[in-house]
Amino acid sequence: MLYREAGQFKATYAEDSQIFPIRQDRIGIALILAVAFVGTPLLSVAGLLSDYTFTAILTPFLIFSLAALGLNILTGYAGQLSLGTAAFMAVGAFASYNFMLRIDGMPILVAFILGGICAAAVGIVFGLPSLRIRGFYLAAATLATQFFIVWCLTKVGWFTNYSSSGVITAQKIEMLGYTFDTAFSKYLFVLSVVTVMALLAKNMVRTNIGRSWMAIRDMDMAAEVIGFRPMQTKLMAFAVSSFYCGVAGALFAYAYLGTVEPEGFNLDLSFRILFMIIIGGVGSILGSFLGAAFIVLLPIGLNMFMHFLEGSVGINLPSGISSSIELMVFGGLIIFFLIVEPHGLARLWQIGKEKLRLWPFPH
Amino acid sequence: MKFINKALVAAAFATAALSASAQEQFFPALSYRVGPYAAGGTGFFGGVIDYLSLLNAQGGINGVKMTWEECETEYNATRGVECYERLKKSRGGATMVEPLSTGIAYGLLDRVAQDKIPMTTLGYGRSDAADGRVFPFVFPLITSYWNQAAGMMKYLGDKEGGLEKLKGKKIVHLYHDSAYGKEPFAVFEAYAKQYGFELIKLAVPHPGNEQQSQWLQIRQAKPDYVILWGWGVMNAVALKTAQRNGYPSGKILGVWWAGSEEDVIPAGSAANGYTTMTFNTPGNYPLLDEIKKKVYAAGKGNLEDKSRIGSTYHMRGVTAAILWTEAVRKAQEKYGKGKVMTSEQVRWGFENLNVDEARLKALGAFGMMPPVKTTCLDHEGSGAVKVQRWDGKSWKAVTPNWVVGDKAMIRKMQEESAAKYATEKKITPRDCSKEG
Repeated sequence: MLYREAGQFKATYAEDSQIFPIRQDRIGIALILAVAFVGTPLLSVAGLLSDYTFTAILTPFLIFSLAALGLNILTGYAGQLSLGTAAFMAVGAFASYNFMLRIDGMPILVAFILGGICAAAVGIVFGLPSLRIRGFYLAAATLATQFFIVWCLTKVGWFTNYSSSGVITAQKIEMLGYTFDTAFSKYLFVLSVVTVMALLAKNMVRTNIGRSWMAIRDMDMAAEVIGFRPMQTKLMAFAVSSFYCGVAGALFAYAYLGTVEPEGFNLDLSFRILFMIIIGGVGSILGSFLGAAFIVLLPIGLNMFMHFLEGSVGINLPSGISSSIELMVFGGLIIFFLIVEPHGLARLWQIGKEKLRLWPFPH
Repeated sequence: MKFINKALVAAAFATAALSASAQEQFFPALSYRVGPYAAGGTGFFGGVIDYLSLLNAQGGINGVKMTWEECETEYNATRGVECYERLKKSRGGATMVEPLSTGIAYGLLDRVAQDKIPMTTLGYGRSDAADGRVFPFVFPLITSYWNQAAGMMKYLGDKEGGLEKLKGKKIVHLYHDSAYGKEPFAVFEAYAKQYGFELIKLAVPHPGNEQQSQWLQIRQAKPDYVILWGWGVMNAVALKTAQRNGYPSGKILGVWWAGSEEDVIPAGSAANGYTTMTFNTPGNYPLLDEIKKKVYAAGKGNLEDKSRIGSTYHMRGVTAAILWTEAVRKAQEKYGKGKVMTSEQVRWGFENLNVDEARLKALGAFGMMPPVKTTCLDHEGSGAVKVQRWDGKSWKAVTPNWVVGDKAMIRKMQEESAAKYATEKKITPRDCSKEG
């Protein structure tokens, strides 16, 4: 009843082709954005939300969502399995750092975009094998990206400005004379970037480009027959996906960690992001956010819950046991969700939406 | 009237005592007890908690009890940052922080400066953080990678009968192919140039479970020494492969992350006679007996396996906790005995540490660690290392005294690197002559 679109008539072509065609969705998105941009600042002023929420929960969640979104474009929409996500993030972070360092007065946003473009260029080069190989074999080929980039960043001193420890230290985020240095301002900065890029992605997957990706994903032979050029389409997917990952990597370095080492962008991180889209939903923008929430926030929640249990109930577990229990519960939950809904959390939401449409009269 | 006065005074004292006992010095423990590095994490944080428990059993620092809370980081930078943010304000605020993970330490570098919470990085992290003018809140206590590398050269030189005798020798630097393995390059190269030995650098890609080609190269080069700058599984594999290729383990000198029981036991007999660097002298000390007697006998010990008491990582944790609590004690001397110190006051304590031999004797840890004396300029405080040898059952110290490399050269490198960091970050270094 709440979610019924009956009575919403579309009189113009523009209305028919808007990003969120259902009014309830538009209201929902507007509400989420309002809470994210206006609600949280009010709560933080009121003292209900601390810096902890912004810097330790929301900022990493948004950054990982963006990275998952990047991978989802490549894997979910264009059907190219990749294990090089962390490497593209590293390229974005290290390229942005060098643009900021070597060009005086470089605006930070331009540096991020240039960093993303560098990642896109690397993505295109390492996407070339996708023209010949598919599926798991391609995943193995993208592993090369992962190892090559991390090796290259440690090997060539220039990338880290010959830092003796082989690390880069992100410069301050400054725009129009304002320095984003508090937890909250960094959160707003990340939120703005992620919002714009997520809306762009949502729009992009409905355009000709997005449709060509999906055609290639579903059956590349058929896509070729109906006139999509596989080389351009696949490389485009690699470029756009790497661009997103690159910007996510730059945000990871600038708005979150501050100092990063190439090893920070290792294979583990690539796998984590791959798990995010598998659990969240392959081929879904919303799924990227849900998956990031699951992988980033759930372990933290479990940890807090265990601490709470130990504190309030007074059970004193031997050290190390609670950490192991957390891991077991986390693993159990992953298996549970994959059994209940193999297509990810986004699919659960879609099913819920369809049920809501009919509710309360299902027949 | 007199009686009432007395009663009032007594009551005042009682409340003062109560409020004092309610106040506790809080240490967040960013530990990792699961995952691939759990062996190090359980040992180190076990040692830390054991020592803090012992201090509490002895009545705390001038009556102030220690308290701590663990948070599982899984050695993961994101989790570690979250733990730090969660714990930094709990129970009256964190005294200091020690993540025992390079990735997490980098993630906290800017945060600790903003929150004014001191961070110690014992034996890892940025070597140039020893320059306290640029890094006021970071303390790479005892030794950094660079001083360790210089200590290695000094030890090998002494073994030959003087550094000049290294001329014409061949030394292989077999390293984990990462920023960590490359960190000592500059030091080794400087020594190689000065003393005229040949330095051969061989990289082992992570994780290092296959090293046949590197050891074939070593066999061809016939080096006089091999420096093993390894991490995790790489260490045991290096020792086994060396044995298979007939390279004597006695000529291999490991870094201190390649020098724990967990590194050599998997290598079996291949590790016998292998030497590594360390900043603790292996052995038993009155302090460890105290821990066994007062903590473990009372059922409060943190290690599940009691045979690990006094193992490399456990002793390293005890050492870290000694330095932390000595910093608190030092701060109390300046800011008021029997009070809970704020993180900024403890930072001052870290900067004015003076754990000399007499103090170590009083603690029952004489010889266990080198004396540490820090200043505003020097946040490292010692730079001394020791060499230990694995005899198949336990580690034994090789060098009776502490080994110190060319500290002046290392200091110059640290200052240059810190100055570069300061210009990149646009930090104005502190003027140490104005610090009290």
